[in-house]
Amino acid sequence: MKKIKLLLVDDEENFVNTLAERMKMRDVPSRVVFSGEEALEAVKVEAPDVMVLDLRMPGIDGMDVLRKVRKAHPHVQVIILTGHGTDLDEEEAKKLGAFHYHKKPIDIDELLSTVKKAYREKIEDAMVAATFAQAGEFDEARKIMDEDGK
Amino acid sequence: MRAVATVFKTILRHSFKDLHGSEDILSPERYVSLRRKIVGLMAVVAVVPLLLMAAINYHEYRAALGREIQNPLRILLSKTKNSFELFLAERTSTVSFIASAYPFEELAQEKNLKHIFTVMTQVFDGFVDLGLIDENGVQVSYAGPYPLAGKHYAEQSWFSQVMIRGTYISDVFMGYRHFPHMIIAVRHMDESGKNWVVRATIDTTRFDRLIAAMSLEPDSDAFLLNKEGILQTTSNYYGKVLERLPIPMPTQSYEARLVETQDQRGEDIYLAYSYFPESDFVLMAVKPRGSALKTWYMVKGDLLFIFVLGVMAIFLVVYKMTDLLIQRMRESEERRELAFRQVEHAQKLSSIGRLAAGVAHEINNPLAAINEKAGLMKDLLGLRPDFPDRERFITLADAILKSIRRCRDITHRMLGFARRMDVSYEELDINEVLTDTLSFLDQEAKHRGVTIVRELDESLPRIKSDRGQLQQVFLNILNNALAAVPDDGRIEVKTGEGVPDSLVISFQDNGCGMSQDTLEHVFEPFFTTKKGTGTGLGLSITYGIIKKLGGDIAVTSKQGDGTLFTVYLPKTARKEAAS
Repeated sequence: MKKIKLLLVDDEENFVNTLAERMKMRDVPSRVVFSGEEALEAVKVEAPDVMVLDLRMPGIDGMDVLRKVRKAHPHVQVIILTGHGTDLDEEEAKKLGAFHYHKKPIDIDELLSTVKKAYREKIEDAMVAATFAQAGEFDEARKIMDEDGK
Repeated sequence: MRAVATVFKTILRHSFKDLHGSEDILSPERYVSLRRKIVGLMAVVAVVPLLLMAAINYHEYRAALGREIQNPLRILLSKTKNSFELFLAERTSTVSFIASAYPFEELAQEKNLKHIFTVMTQVFDGFVDLGLIDENGVQVSYAGPYPLAGKHYAEQSWFSQVMIRGTYISDVFMGYRHFPHMIIAVRHMDESGKNWVVRATIDTTRFDRLIAAMSLEPDSDAFLLNKEGILQTTSNYYGKVLERLPIPMPTQSYEARLVETQDQRGEDIYLAYSYFPESDFVLMAVKPRGSALKTWYMVKGDLLFIFVLGVMAIFLVVYKMTDLLIQRMRESEERRELAFRQVEHAQKLSSIGRLAAGVAHEINNPLAAINEKAGLMKDLLGLRPDFPDRERFITLADAILKSIRRCRDITHRMLGFARRMDVSYEELDINEVLTDTLSFLDQEAKHRGVTIVRELDESLPRIKSDRGQLQQVFLNILNNALAAVPDDGRIEVKTGEGVPDSLVISFQDNGCGMSQDTLEHVFEPFFTTKKGTGTGLGLSITYGIIKKLGGDIAVTSKQGDGTLFTVYLPKTARKEAAS
């Protein structure tokens, strides 16, 4: 299986570094950033497959990052992991296209399984998109043939 | 008027100040004092005018009755006085006429005088005799029953008076004749300047007849006096003729006048009197006040009776009305107090909820860090089979992770308590929701031998509410009930309709019950009696949900007897209450 490109975004360095280390032990290496700005930058440089995002951060907060990433890179699956979330936040995040919403603290295995599910989702999305793209090409070709036939 | 209003206002404010500015329920003593004040005030306000009216009536009536008795007496006296004056005037004119109509010489003839006397007595009664006296006071001729011819009167005072004044009317006296009589003397002067006097004696028994004509009641009296207070006629109660009247003479008045006084026996009397302008006489009538006022005493009795009855009625009505008023007041005060407490309670819960949410959020982040560190420790240990005391460390890490999970449960429930719950309404059958919820607990109940009795009213209407939230509510209450009852205990679940427009679901257990102190805090967050196992959030979440659904929850409990939770749900979903 291809390595998952995972991006962890959290201002709590203590937490996120340890999390990254444990993920790596479970064969899921990740990049770690500590703010919303860095996260957007990192996504621009290389879009990850899955992103684990904290909501409350200084500067650009998680909800903004989610909004921007889903808009610019719809294939990136975003998992929210927050200690501050309310039901309203959860609802909003889901509406904005978050793949899943987790509350801190979370069991590492649970998070890992969500990350894997999100990755599978991303692959499926990409395949569907590719199929549609092919269908588009087919349409284009038929259009040209129709014009030739006249 | 304004001053009175101000005083009244002050009294009112003073009386009712108990009702303002107090958040506590008024104590029974204060209601009693308030009631006393209102009753007192209302009674005074009602009784004072009544008293005033009774007093005014008393005096007016008395005065009117007095006048009614006095006026006829005065008029009668006046009339009788006129009769007396007429009588005297007639006699005086007759004598005067005789004196002027005949020359001295003719009158001096006794034969002529006797003839005139005879004619005179035929026309006017009361004349006893008639005499002619010359200017020297010698009786020249005389007609009458007594041998008085030639008698000398020059020394007597009446003679000098008649010589000066022209006419003289004497007081009544006995004289030689030994019966009460009076004299009328008239002087005449002819052209030649010769003076003579005609003198007539009048029998005063005529006076008695005039007084008898007044036809007074037996206890009344009337008599004639002179100005010195000597009786001129015999009275019934105040002495015989020529005796002195035992009552002091009233002030002079020619009009008939009436005074209230006392006689010599100390009896209250009306004394009517009138002085004669032409002579020295005074006519008097006496009527005892006691008999005259007999009607008045009766009226007075009636008046008093009505007054007392009125006062009693006022007190009764005032008392009853105040009673009602105070009762209403008390009820509304208590309602107000209850509403206030509920609002206070809700605010308390809401602020504690916000605090809880804040705390939960802040704790979650460090908790997550600890979680990862402990997890990492365990991971690392897993990779190092040769680590000394490895098993022990793994156990320790597991213990940390377990504690973290417990902390997480608590913070998540705290957030659950505080979160704004979105209610999703659907039409549901409350019995069905209850039965579903009960099915979760059947196993545990069976295991512990607890009987759950269901008395569900199948005719209940379907209501719009939130199924999930209701299940949580029922589950919370039933869990508590299960925890409270002993093994083989009993829980009764009932549904029914309540007023107004609500469904009532009650949960009665025969468990350990709660103390009054516990009961007061039972819906507060973090209040728990299950030390170590409970978060103290179950019932406060339940309370919050029920309030959100527009319902209400009540609890009664008796230590040792069990607890009754009653949930009220509106039949029609209300707009969601403030979150």
